[in-house]
Amino acid sequence: MRRWSWSRVWLHVLAVLLALWVIVPIYLIAVAAFSPRDVIYKYPKPLFPTQVSLETMLFFIRSSGVLDSVRRSIVVALLTLAVSMAVGAPAGYALARYVFPGRDTFRIAIVSTRAFPIVILSIPLAVSFINLGLYDSVISVALMHTALALPFTILVTSSVFASVPVDLEEAAMTLGCSRLGAFWRISLPLTLPGLAAAAIFTFVLSWNEVFAAAILTLRNRTLPAHVLSVLNESPLPFRFAGGFFLLVPALIFMLFIRRYLFNLWGRVVR
Amino acid sequence: MTRKMNWEPYLLLLPSFFYLIFFFGWPMLQAFSLALRGEDGGWTLAHIQRMVNDTFFREAVITTIALIVAILPIQFLVALAMALVVNARPRGAGLFLYFYAVPLAISDLAAGIVWFAIFTQRGYLNTILQAIGLIEKPIIFLNYQKPLWVLMAIVIAEVWRATAIIMVILVAGLQSIPNDYLEAAEIFGAGLFERVTQIILPLLRPSLQVALILRTILAFQAFAVVVALAGQGATVLAKEAYKWYTDIRNPHVAAAYAGLIMVLSIATTVFYLRTLRTPEEVSL
Repeated sequence: MRRWSWSRVWLHVLAVLLALWVIVPIYLIAVAAFSPRDVIYKYPKPLFPTQVSLETMLFFIRSSGVLDSVRRSIVVALLTLAVSMAVGAPAGYALARYVFPGRDTFRIAIVSTRAFPIVILSIPLAVSFINLGLYDSVISVALMHTALALPFTILVTSSVFASVPVDLEEAAMTLGCSRLGAFWRISLPLTLPGLAAAAIFTFVLSWNEVFAAAILTLRNRTLPAHVLSVLNESPLPFRFAGGFFLLVPALIFMLFIRRYLFNLWGRVVR
Repeated sequence: MTRKMNWEPYLLLLPSFFYLIFFFGWPMLQAFSLALRGEDGGWTLAHIQRMVNDTFFREAVITTIALIVAILPIQFLVALAMALVVNARPRGAGLFLYFYAVPLAISDLAAGIVWFAIFTQRGYLNTILQAIGLIEKPIIFLNYQKPLWVLMAIVIAEVWRATAIIMVILVAGLQSIPNDYLEAAEIFGAGLFERVTQIILPLLRPSLQVALILRTILAFQAFAVVVALAGQGATVLAKEAYKWYTDIRNPHVAAAYAGLIMVLSIATTVFYLRTLRTPEEVSL
């Protein structure tokens, strides 16, 4: 084994420092969220969990409106995931598998939607939803979140489908499969992990989104919208526990989609 | 030979096409119509005037732009450092990549609250500063009388949260740079600094451009971090739009803010595309 040169040592020092920059704040909010309430008001604060307790987290979860908003957030995220996959994946498949006039135009149009602040469109949408009687419902938020996720879903699914050689589908079709059968039996199983990663990312996107959710709801808030609307009048334990609670899915989901990070972003950005 | 037109791809694209028309194209037109039309349906500049003459308008514009100017350079430096570290393959590169990428999935609201826990008067920063003896009693960082401190807190929170996306784009870009180039440079005696400035950065230009556009557009929408850290103490464009819609209940002025954010986003995209042409285009 080669001895480590100084530059290798410095590389690792820098790597660890950058990792600490990301991790330490997460660690601190976790310590706060699992401290009993009187410790949260204490100063100076313990930097290590001296008394681990669920008191603060339970206080947050039992606060009025929190559980309902969690339920709504999950429903909205699942609806967003389902609709954006149902609408976007066929388009992704078309972009990956067919050569047709207008293909590049469509792709460029999808990519260029990223130059627009889509979230801001929730204001005119809210006015339309009021007129349609859809305002303040999980459906209205899910429709908005789908608009947000759709360009992303189309581009990612297209790159996922493109990663399966077309030969495999053609071979299946020569052996008597229909196009749909070839898709169902060949492409879908092979692309399932990639599609699942895209779906997970869509879920997180919806779970995290706060501006549109806060504009489009009044009483039926999603979790981020609820936390936002009461944040500045809330006691510290509520804020700390809420912040940690919002953050947990992010940590877990990133663990799952880690391997697909570059499938998701590396190609989307080109 | 005439080939039959294949309608299949168009059928597959149709749902997305209509979805984007209804939930992207239509609301965009609606935004301008809301901002530029009065109750009687006629065209008017009254809502725009009301927005511009509002007490908080100037502050919102200046803060939004100041945040972008302060945040982006730091973000690009940190992201570049992270990307170069990952690309140099330290031990446990996969784990480091995971850590660096985690904020990708953290919401702006959660990030705002995390940093609120650090910067608040009885928070962790004061605890640490006092523990190492730098201060005698806690400093009030998030004080409305000291807007510069509040802005600094927002900058740090945003750098923490939103650097990951740039990092991922840069790592993807770095992977497309052939190792031969860097090895050749090393053989000819180029140090790390020269390799970064002479080879890596020029070749990363397309990735940098994409990251820059993406980040700037997202920064124009900065919202929850500001609410969580500044409360009523500072304001940005998206926060004003939210306030006009939910508190003042005037969707017209809110839409005017939305339109302003849209115009600014498109203008910066065009500006970036024109000034930061990729080398191939320049040489033509």
